[in-house]
Amino acid sequence: MADEKSSFDAVAQGPVPSPDEEAPDTGGGVPLLLHPSVEALKAKFGVANLHHQVVAGDQHVVFIPAERNVEILRWLRDDPDQRYDLLRDVTAVDYGVGRPLQVVYQIFSLTHKRALRVKCELPLDALEIESVYHLWKAANWLEREVYDLFGITFVGHPDLRRILMPDDYEEGHPLRKDFPLRGRFSRAEQTRQALSQDLGHYYILEEIEIGGESQALPPTVSEMEAEAAEKAAEEA
Amino acid sequence: MAQKTVEFTLGRNPEMGVDGRPTMSPLAPIDLPEPDFESQNMLVNFGPQHPATHGVLRLVCELDGETLVRCIPHIGYLHSSFEKLAEYRTWNQIVPLTDRMDYLAPLIYNCAHVMSVEAMMGIEVTERCKLTRVIMMELDRVFGHLLWLGTFAMDAGAFTPFLYTFTEREKIYRLHEAYTGARITTSATRVGGMMSDMPEGWPKGIRDFCNGLPKTLDECETLLNTNGILLGRTLGVGTISGEDALNYGFTGANLRASGVAYDVRKDQPYYDYETYDFEIPIGEHGDCYDRYLCRMEEMRQSLRILHQALDRLEKATGPMDVPDPRISLPSKTDCMNDMESMIHHFKLITEGIHAPPGESYFPVEASKGELGMYVVSDGGTKPVRWRVRPPSFVNLSVLPKLLEGHLIADLIMINASIDIVLGEIDR
Repeated sequence: MADEKSSFDAVAQGPVPSPDEEAPDTGGGVPLLLHPSVEALKAKFGVANLHHQVVAGDQHVVFIPAERNVEILRWLRDDPDQRYDLLRDVTAVDYGVGRPLQVVYQIFSLTHKRALRVKCELPLDALEIESVYHLWKAANWLEREVYDLFGITFVGHPDLRRILMPDDYEEGHPLRKDFPLRGRFSRAEQTRQALSQDLGHYYILEEIEIGGESQALPPTVSEMEAEAAEKAAEEA
Repeated sequence: MAQKTVEFTLGRNPEMGVDGRPTMSPLAPIDLPEPDFESQNMLVNFGPQHPATHGVLRLVCELDGETLVRCIPHIGYLHSSFEKLAEYRTWNQIVPLTDRMDYLAPLIYNCAHVMSVEAMMGIEVTERCKLTRVIMMELDRVFGHLLWLGTFAMDAGAFTPFLYTFTEREKIYRLHEAYTGARITTSATRVGGMMSDMPEGWPKGIRDFCNGLPKTLDECETLLNTNGILLGRTLGVGTISGEDALNYGFTGANLRASGVAYDVRKDQPYYDYETYDFEIPIGEHGDCYDRYLCRMEEMRQSLRILHQALDRLEKATGPMDVPDPRISLPSKTDCMNDMESMIHHFKLITEGIHAPPGESYFPVEASKGELGMYVVSDGGTKPVRWRVRPPSFVNLSVLPKLLEGHLIADLIMINASIDIVLGEIDR
């Protein structure tokens, strides 16, 4: 027996919204899906600055101005009604075609069992944003990874180095849409570079020659913590 | 018969007397040089090719005597740019990338990816599919923890538990193979369903495994729980407070060992986890030993969930895949017998599934911690951004914090206790 006719039609029509995912019932203009933190954010920081989205059914996204990210995130972390004490993830999204890059913070509140996604948009010619390392230490490597793969500079990060790619990687930032899948350099150039590497490409020379001062080593955890505590105290 | 002669050259021990017997005189005092307390710190390179790093992890350690002053982890030796590759693949073609990340618990990653895509597309999978995925995820949590247990004990100097756990892991390998045909690179899931229905007798195989495992766990616990060497090397080693652990982004058993009861299965339940009867083990001191105890108990709790899910699976009926032709492939028989189904099959395979514009972050409790799949679609058949929130990556970033001030020998135990897998850290 052939497939029912209706199911084949659906294939021919191509992408149409699935009947399962209807838009949330707005109940006469008032959206049913309200996120308490987003409402509080709107009340505190003004509606004009914030843009709120609901995606994938019940996930809430709020766009905040990039220059106020530390201020707003600090409030989200410290306010007793919010208490977002776990920074799940920091990442970025590049949509290509010259659109601004989005820095995405996934935060979760263990106290209130609530998740929120906070986004900041950065235009391609000003890829700089304040680091949140002093709020959540989890941001350390996550921000380094975004810096490495997207080229976004996190101002105030105590140890902003490449993390996944080699320290001397010259081809740019791989996860940007303007980066070709096979790399910027030709295969011949990549091979030539790989063959011409010496020891310095694998080991930071200062690390080998520890006999001198340890000037080029990245900071220790206690140094980074002290710096972050100082910064947090300054801001508070 | 030719006789083989072996010559031994006997060296003389300088401590021995002329007649070859040890001298009974006390050791002569030796003039030791004055200890130089102003000496410089030493840098020791550890890895990337070292069995105790559990992969290709390189740690540069600055030592003051035997005390670690700082530890600088270098990662990226296994970087395969899966996140970039995924932007050039359709939603179903990404599944094979996911199981190559955490090859110690591949099914959790398979499931997490499609669960995130389904959340974004608003697909509600069938009851049987849900149960199958719960079984797969719990099975692989045990799978990952068993490997961790074996290597953790081996790093402490105990070889026997490694053999015990690998005997059990072999059974899971066979269950993987029975379902998917592969032992590690399972690629078991598809958007809207599974790669196929489960083979006959598979639930029984899992039930048998669940019945057999507690005995092995008991044996391992008998060997380890009160073992003097293990206690000496783990009690009070690598301690982190609950507050710090949370701030540093620890998740999974590492966080729970510090006393924070955060488990995605309880705090943001998915797939009806709130209806299963299981408990979250919590540690008290946040040291290596508590992490060990937490993971041991987690395996037993996973077995409880497995038994319940298997009971429910027996009662569940209905199809495995979503009966939506835009997502699921037609049956092979239909493809071979009528033209429309064949075109349907061809379109889905060559074009891929169209996802509406949107995004979704779907957190799942993986064996290492919280695994989040963040997918962004612009309406095409391929993602705009495919991001994995890797639990071991964030857990490993805490390592320098845990190590500072410890002895270099503790590095091995602390590194073993946080349970990392480099395939997923480097992606």
